[in-house]
Parts: sequence; structure tokens; C-alpha cells
Amino acid sequence: MKERIEMCLSGSGGQGLILAGIILAEAAGIYDGKEAVQTQSYGPEARGGASRSEVVISNGAIDYPKVIKSDILLALTQTACDKYVKNLNKDGILVADSTLVTEVPNISNKIYLFPIAETAQKKFGTKLVTNIISLGIIVGLTEVVSQEAIQKAVCSRVPVKAKEVNEKALLLGFDIAKDLKVKNKKSGNKIN
Amino acid sequence: MNNLKKGKNIKLLQGNEACAEGALLAGVRFFAGYPITPSSEIAENMARELPKIGGKFIQMEDEIASMAAVIGASIAGLKSLTATSGPGMCLKQENLGFAIINEIPCVVVNAQRGGPSTGLPTKPSQGDMMQARWGTHGDHPIIALAPSTVHEILTLTIKAFNFSEKYRTPVILLLDEVIAHMREKVEIPALEDIEVINRKKPTVPPEEYLPFKPDEDGVPPMANFGEGYRYHITGLIHNYKGLPTSNSQEIDAFIRRLYNKIQKNAKDIIMNEKYFLDDAKIALIAYGSVARAAERTVKLAREEGLKVGLLKLLTIWPFCFEEVNKLAQQVDLIIVPEMNLGQMVLEIERAAQGKCRVVPYNRVDGELINPIEILGKIREEIKK
Amino acid sequence: MKTVIDEYIRKAMFPNMWCPGCGNGIVLGAIIRAIDDLGWDKDEIVAVSGIGCSSRITGYVDFCSMNTTHGRALPFATGIKMANPDLKVIVVMGDGDCSAIGGNHFIHAARRNIDLTAIIINNMIYGMTGGQYSPLTPTGKFGSTAPYGNIDQSFDLAELAIAAGASYVARGTVYNPRQSTSLIKKALDKKGFSVVEIISDCPVSYGKMNKMKSPVDMLKWIKDITVSKKAWDGLSPDEKRGKYAIGEFLSKDRPDYTELYEEIIKKAQESGGNK
Repeated sequence: MKERIEMCLSGSGGQGLILAGIILAEAAGIYDGKEAVQTQSYGPEARGGASRSEVVISNGAIDYPKVIKSDILLALTQTACDKYVKNLNKDGILVADSTLVTEVPNISNKIYLFPIAETAQKKFGTKLVTNIISLGIIVGLTEVVSQEAIQKAVCSRVPVKAKEVNEKALLLGFDIAKDLKVKNKKSGNKIN
Repeated sequence: MNNLKKGKNIKLLQGNEACAEGALLAGVRFFAGYPITPSSEIAENMARELPKIGGKFIQMEDEIASMAAVIGASIAGLKSLTATSGPGMCLKQENLGFAIINEIPCVVVNAQRGGPSTGLPTKPSQGDMMQARWGTHGDHPIIALAPSTVHEILTLTIKAFNFSEKYRTPVILLLDEVIAHMREKVEIPALEDIEVINRKKPTVPPEEYLPFKPDEDGVPPMANFGEGYRYHITGLIHNYKGLPTSNSQEIDAFIRRLYNKIQKNAKDIIMNEKYFLDDAKIALIAYGSVARAAERTVKLAREEGLKVGLLKLLTIWPFCFEEVNKLAQQVDLIIVPEMNLGQMVLEIERAAQGKCRVVPYNRVDGELINPIEILGKIREEIKK
Repeated sequence: MKTVIDEYIRKAMFPNMWCPGCGNGIVLGAIIRAIDDLGWDKDEIVAVSGIGCSSRITGYVDFCSMNTTHGRALPFATGIKMANPDLKVIVVMGDGDCSAIGGNHFIHAARRNIDLTAIIINNMIYGMTGGQYSPLTPTGKFGSTAPYGNIDQSFDLAELAIAAGASYVARGTVYNPRQSTSLIKKALDKKGFSVVEIISDCPVSYGKMNKMKSPVDMLKWIKDITVSKKAWDGLSPDEKRGKYAIGEFLSKDRPDYTELYEEIIKKAQESGGNK
């Protein structure tokens, strides 16, 4: 793996992106024993408005704490996708929600599309776990943190009452990633 | 590897959480505050943690009252903290001056956001550096520290309290929105592994106590209210007894003593870090979150064969005048990246005394300066 | 002859800075007599004030004392009381200090019902700065910044304190020092936020601008404009106009803020473990 991995989780306020970033950083920093920094950018609104969470993971000390060029981009809105895809590394990957991001950018990067929010609603009756399914997909696809670490981090950061559903959501994300990987081998760049 | 197994207390902490952790380790037992972005998490953490250890938290009716309550609690014997951001910092200036003139230990956190006025509540800035120095009126000393990592927020919060207690003065901890909200891995030290300084108490009986008569170090011993030492505290210029004076000799001696208490101990208070400065021909001077961009720039520049180094300021006030003066004699160029339109660069220019070129690099759009921009600035300047 | 007053004052600070005929000294005397009656230990008392002529009182008393910033005495006192609830904290303010610049702090101290005693010396004017009108200057009266008469409506500080949640509210005058002493004593003894407004005279500013040149004129005026609480209740609205009720308006028991916070500490320690 690269010495320094930069991730950008983007979408709108209320989608749980900041929590997702915290969980990733905790998985890397506390449970995988690496260095990790999570930062965020948000507007004054608690719900809606642009929201982005950035995570940098490294084997050594982290100087600059924010993303310069993202290696992994999660986009949960069209606006976020359009804005942050410009900052995607040339060998970076894009994970996007296929129902929320309908205009897929024309780039040569690997793109993984999946109706994440819709699946959250269908399988768990709530879109609240969209962020955790997304984490499962990202970790399943990239192994940026270990599956064991992300599981521990999810359990430590979500409310006790919601632990079970979030664990299930994470496992579902892992499964989705497996399918996406298989499809990717068959069909090249754009996967859905 | 699981760090927790090694017996170390390692946590992923937000900058504001680390500030609260540091404060509790330093012995803080009182917090008064008022909600404001991006510092509110400090208040929230203190509201949760303080009562667990018998400490007190109060949300006051405004920023002015918070500062007043913190001073009151400190006089009554509790180490006290308040936290705010620019708009609140403006309101705290009045009573900050009261704490300075009466030499009341306390720490004020300013998690800087864009200004002036309401400005950019959720975005970072370093626009309050000069406010920290001169915000309250009149000639006065101040100590201001600026961490750049979450771990430094924890350690400098402890330092801030130690300086505050040692020198009987308010200390300002200057965060910015990036590091206040940033989460990072932090090893929380055990209480026995940190140095905690407490205010020195009078050694004389109450009838001999002169509350504002300094010891040799310029700092008077402090009796807390309720300990049997009855004395007066006033925002008026006062004599050794704490009573108002209009004697011009006493006034002059008082103001100079207050000022020198910090200036003469500047060596003890000034902290900074050097990266690759030994052979540097170009120096970056930075602080807060921008220092981390600058650190990366140094690495990138060195890869290009450019002899660039970094002086990272941890103590902002008192300013490290001599250090910068020496550096200006060594290098050809100093670049000062700041998330403001050039504040510390003024002090750096003053210290450089024309011995090298001093160039600002500024950003005020609410985004953190990135390492590539600073590298670009270096390339641009060396062509000149 | 030594009086009870001598036991409680800082002699080094005298002569005081007040003008001849000023009511502040009468209030100082009333506070000291009330404290002496209660038999309080000087070491456990903290006197806090803001800015103004009346606020200089804290410099004259031999307690731990604090002459703070303008209007801010109550939040300073709140910090002291929170930090050490065993201290008996007395706050002395002027009318401008308490009700204009400190108005917000006043209503919130009352709302919290924190165990402080607030004594407001109401001379209806900013005396120290030269007679500008305050929020307690009656409508139609003159001040250096109301040369054509004051058009502002004044606060009824006692009503304000009651509405905001104080535990004890009373009003006295410098014309009735014995009654004032007794009201202050009750206020000091009351747990929770206690307010005593003392109507006082400023012959140099208020008197001069409102056709009362001597302190005696002013005291007579104070006598004329005040009626006992009992008599007040029988007056018609027209008869009440321009007059002030004096006496005790409210004395009720409600948990004080520091007691409530002790409960918080218990709760936090039971549920949160020790840190």
C-alpha cells in the first residue's frame, strides 16, 4: 500500500459523512495502529448543504492533515461528485451512489456505482446506515483498513442501540464490494 | 497492532476534545462558557466531565459573563477555563484586561474562524493573532500559544495552565477551525508523567500579606478568597496592598512590573520547533494548522534540492524576536504563510531588521493553505 | 468613640471619595450593621461591585473584596460562589451599573437563583460620570444627557427581579436606614438570589439638575415619593404614579443554583464513573 492514502467522503449534511470519516480514522489509527487524521468541511446547516469529511492514513507521521489529491473519493450527491472528482488522483477510485449521482463523470479512473441509499432503505428501513454501507464498500474494495479494525471502530462509535443494524450494514457493504470487484474484472472501468 | 494492549491510553480525539482532556489533566475544576462555533465541543466536554470529578461547569448568559465567572472562580481557588471564537473573543476583552491587571490565572481558548464580525463560522482563519496581543486596551503583557496538532493541543493546554499559574496571568490558546475540529491519534499521558504547576501561596500571615508585592521573579504570591487573607482586588491601578493609587511612581512601577513579568521570563515561555533549518537558505515561519502544510512543503522542496527549512512557532506571544533575528542573518529569504492578510509577518519583519527578505503568503478564503501553494511561492520568489 | 462600623472598615481607605450628603455612606452603614447583627465571620464574606460611586463600597470594607468591571459584578460573583459555595457573597451595584450595562446579568442571576445578595443603590442617575440619565431615572426628570427631560420609561427593578425568579426582593431608602438595615439583613440571610434596592440621593448631580440643591431637600423628596408596601396596595393607579413602594415584596424558598449543581455532581459521579 502507498505510504500515504488520502480519502474524501463527500455529499450533503445529515448523510453521516463526518461520522464515517471518524470511524475510518479510528479504524486506522487505533485498531490498525497506523497514523490517521480526519478533518471536515461543512456549512452552518445541520442538515443539507455541502459536507465533506477527509481522512489521511499513513504508516508514518502525518504532516499536512488534509487531502491534496484523493486516492479514494466517495460521492453521495451529484454536486459533491462534480466538485471533488477534479481532485481525484490519476490512479484513485470513485465510489458513488448510482441513484444520487446520475451523471457519471467521464474519467479514466475506476468507478464503482451502487444504489447505496436505496439499498439502506430497502434492507434496513432507514437511510441512516448509508454511510456505514459505504464504509463497508470502500474497505471491501480497497482494504485501506482491515475489516476487523473497521468493525471494531463502527461498534465503538455508533450508539449502543444502533450497534446491530450498523454491524449488519457494514457486512452488507463488504458483500457489495465483492460483487463490484467481480463485475469490475468482467467489464472494465464503470461498474454498477 | 493494538496500542491499547501496550497499556498506553491512545485515543482518536478531536482537537477540542484534546483541549478538554489537557485542561482536566492540568487540574482545571471550573469552566464557564457560551456556545459558539467552532469551540462548543470544549464546553460540551467540560459539562460532561467536570462534575464527575467534583468540578463545576456553568453556561453563562454571554461571553462577557463567562470571562467574569472564570476570573471569579479562579480567585476563589479553582483553575478555570473558558473557550470561544472571534466574536466571543471580542466580548471577552474587557474582563481579560481585568484578569491581566489583577494577575488572575486562567486560560482562554480562541478557536479561530474567519472574521471580521460573524465572518465564517465554520471555516478556519488565523485572523486573531494581533487581537490576542493587543485586544484589550492599555499596555499589557500576554502569553499566547498556538498548537498545530491534536497532540499539541493537549500538551499546550497543560502548558497554558502552567504558565498561567506560574506567572499569574491569563493565557490565550489560539486554535483554528482546522485543528479544533480535526481528529487525530493522541496518546493521553498519565497524570504522574506530566508537570503541573500551581500558583504560589503566601508564606506570611494575613496581617503581613501584601497581595501585589512581587517576589524576585516579578510574581506576587496569591491567596485565594476564603483562605483567611482579606484583601481588595480592583481594575484600577493599585499599590502593593491592592488599593487604588494615583501616585505616579507607583503607577509606573506597576505597569512596568506587569509587563516585565512576562518579558523577562520570555526564554522560559517561548517554544518553537525547527525542521531542516541547519543548512537552510530559505526559511518558512508558520504556526497552527498552516505549519503542517509548511512542514510538507519543506519535504517537497528538499526533494527538488531546495534548501528550505521551517521555524514552527508554538509560543506566539511573547514573540521570539532573537530567534527570528538570528535566522534572518542565516537565510536569504523568509516566507510567512498565514490564513490572514499578514499579521505575524509584521512581527517577523520587525525582528529580521532588514537582514533578509521577508515575504508574506496569505489566504483568507476559509480554506487551509496547502503545501503545493507554498512551494509555488518559493519557486516564484527565488526567481526574483 | 468606637462604633460597630470601625470593626468592618479599611481605615487606610478613608476619608471616602463620596460627595458630602451622598447616600452611599448610609447604605454602607446599613450593610455593616446587618452583617454584624448576623454575626458573620469577616473571613467568609466576599464583597463584589462593578463601576460607579456606589461600587467603591467594596474598597471600604474589610472583607475579601472586588471592584470589578462596569455591570459585571454579578457574573464575577457567580464564579466565586460556584467555586466556593461556603463563601457569603454580597454584590453592591449602582442603578446604571445593575440595570443598564449589567441588566442581562441581573435577570440571569435571578433566573438561576444563585445564592448571592444584590444590593442596588438607586440614586436614579450616573453620578460618577456627571449626571447622565439611567434606566431608573424617572420619566420627565433631567440629566446631563437629558437636558430637555427624560423620555425613557424607567424599570421597576423590584418587579423585574420578581419576574426573573429571585427568592427575596425588597426596597428601602436612605431616608429609612433602620428599615434598610433590616431588609438587607433578611436578604443576606436568605438562600437564593436576594435583591434589595435602596433609593438613595445624589445631591451633586441629580439634585442639582432637578431643583433639589441640598441633601436635605433630596431626603425629603425621597420621603415624599415612597409609601409602605401596605399603603401602596391600597392606592389607585393614578395615586401610584411617580411613587415607589418600600418594604418586603417577596420572600420564597426555591433551590439555589449551587445546591442544584451539587445534585449534578452526584448524578455525574453515579452514572459516569470516576475520571
